[in-house]
Amino acid sequence: MDQQHQAYWKANIKLVISCLVVWGTVSFGAGILLVDFFNQFHIGGYPLGFWFAQQGSLITFLVLIFYYAIRMNRLDRHYGVNED
Amino acid sequence: MELQTLTFLTVGLSFALYIAIAIGSRATSTGDFYVAGKHVHPVANGMATAADWMSAASFISMAGLISFLGYEGGMYLMGWTGGYVLLAMLLAPYLRKFGKFTVPEFIGDRYYSQLARVVAVICLIFISFTYVAGQMRGVGIVFSRFLEVPVETGLFVGMGVVFIYAVLGGMKGITYTQVAQYCVLIFAYTVPAVFIAINATGNPLPQLALGSELVDGSASLLGKLDQTLVDLGFGSYTEPFNDKSMIDVCAITLALMVGTAGLPHVIVRFFTVPRVRDARISAGWALLFITILYTTAPAVGALARMNLVETVNGTEGSGTHYAAMPDWFKTWENSGLLAWYDHNQDGKVQYAAGKAFAGNGKPVFDGDQRGSQGERATSNPGDGEIQGGAPHANEIYVDRDIMVLANPEIAGLPNWIIALVAAGGIAAALSTAAGLLLVISSSISHDLLKGTFMKNISEKNELMAGRMAAAAAIGVAGYLGLHPPAFVAQVVAFAFGLAAASLFPVILMGIFNKRMNKWGAISGMLAGLSFTLGYIIYFKGVFIEPMAANVPENWILGISPEGAGVIGMVINFAVATAVARNTAPPPAHIQQLVEHIRIPRQA
Repeated sequence: MDQQHQAYWKANIKLVISCLVVWGTVSFGAGILLVDFFNQFHIGGYPLGFWFAQQGSLITFLVLIFYYAIRMNRLDRHYGVNED
Repeated sequence: MELQTLTFLTVGLSFALYIAIAIGSRATSTGDFYVAGKHVHPVANGMATAADWMSAASFISMAGLISFLGYEGGMYLMGWTGGYVLLAMLLAPYLRKFGKFTVPEFIGDRYYSQLARVVAVICLIFISFTYVAGQMRGVGIVFSRFLEVPVETGLFVGMGVVFIYAVLGGMKGITYTQVAQYCVLIFAYTVPAVFIAINATGNPLPQLALGSELVDGSASLLGKLDQTLVDLGFGSYTEPFNDKSMIDVCAITLALMVGTAGLPHVIVRFFTVPRVRDARISAGWALLFITILYTTAPAVGALARMNLVETVNGTEGSGTHYAAMPDWFKTWENSGLLAWYDHNQDGKVQYAAGKAFAGNGKPVFDGDQRGSQGERATSNPGDGEIQGGAPHANEIYVDRDIMVLANPEIAGLPNWIIALVAAGGIAAALSTAAGLLLVISSSISHDLLKGTFMKNISEKNELMAGRMAAAAAIGVAGYLGLHPPAFVAQVVAFAFGLAAASLFPVILMGIFNKRMNKWGAISGMLAGLSFTLGYIIYFKGVFIEPMAANVPENWILGISPEGAGVIGMVINFAVATAVARNTAPPPAHIQQLVEHIRIPRQA
């Protein structure tokens, strides 16, 4: 693997790890481990922890994948490994 | 028009549509048959993935599951969607770059081993067949409940339709029928949900209705539901950990996430798009289309539970006379999904915490005998004890599937919507069945025949073998649907645990760990699979009597068999890493292959 490709792979891993940190924090953190803490707060008629477990996590996942896909396209172009 | 005619018409029209699509997209090469020629647009693939993924269980059972679990239902919602994040970032783009046809093919090539490939095929077939049997059963059940034909007839019709488009069109035919099936199922799911959301809260978006005030202004929906359930002796709806411990909720959620990402029929959908970047964005589209249903489900669940309590216990909360119960109650009583036993002999139907019937809580009907009020007679009433300070004992059995199937009737919606729900349930079951049958048949024709036992087979014969394997797999699936082995119902949920413990870790390490070699991969897969299978059999007794009571005191770290895939996954990683460290590293050309799949385009 030449240096350009190594740098691309490093940047890729960094992006994936930061996305997965958000993924885990919102679902396991806010939705399960800290659900009692978040349930003290309300958003609309939802206890917040309950909302994270049944709606908020799903919306976060969705945003994460689109963010990741867009950032990866930029990385592809930046390192000259884009497909078109 | 009469409901039954309307339902026949709607279901018939949807079938005609699927067959027309199949005829328009016949497969002419193995590339078409296995991966739709890699020409599928990412948005179309997203819809196809959503239909592929959302099974009869998602469509029919999930909302009911949530409505009885309350907060803990979130583990299914997060588990079955969070896997797409893993899929998009850790597997799909790299497997697409690898650019071949099947998941075992990747494992065989990456680990330069026919043995690894065959082990992967075995995992795949085991996972897919347990899953597909439930789908065929689902088709039969929808037919029998809505069209009043025997389960067998429904099943044969369903098999026939899948036969036409899976055998003719392979992946190409399946992809475009799945797009149509997604449209049918999402429409069928959301339309009744919108109506009941408006009825209860005045807010047409079910996602917002769940957090809204009730129309009568008395309270918020969730607040009222919490209060009502606690008064009846249940745990509160939104309070966490009524039924399961925190560690178990974590383990099950993670097992479902990782299992989702490791299911072969989902992974292979990302082989069908033209480019690596399409695979990434396509996972996003898939999750968008899935989330539309998955964020609607909790609202359906909560509203249906509220409707159920209010209909049964009435405005006074003292119950409703059997004769005054609405028609849907009696219809579903006839189908065996509802039952009533008048424990306090007051002629009124009452709902509260506790089991109305003895044993596993399900009613045993006395044939067509009727009780004193005209209800279906049952022979196993429970002790009728009042639980948790409720005003009365529970007198009814409610199957959770009713929450979706009877929803339009409970909400008093017009007949065409009920017909639509039938077509939607069938679409959900058929689309998932077809995806599963395809990965089974391609692993047989491509991995076992072409890849292992008949390496000289021509493309034409391989395509023929693929079609024959698909036809045979449909036959087996139909047989399993007709004669479901006792363990199927228990095992479907465990398909996820097995995928999490076997396929996901080896694929992941194949991409991210260059040092991982064939001995590590094979021993990891076998260790993860046998641990998970053993744990499930030990507590659930799939083929044998359970060896220990399935209670938290006996579980490792308090993790139930449903979450065992997580332990299996950790064992897989640990064994594979230890073995790989003490055996020869993979040859240079394999290390180059790993570098190759990591970069979308080589300079």
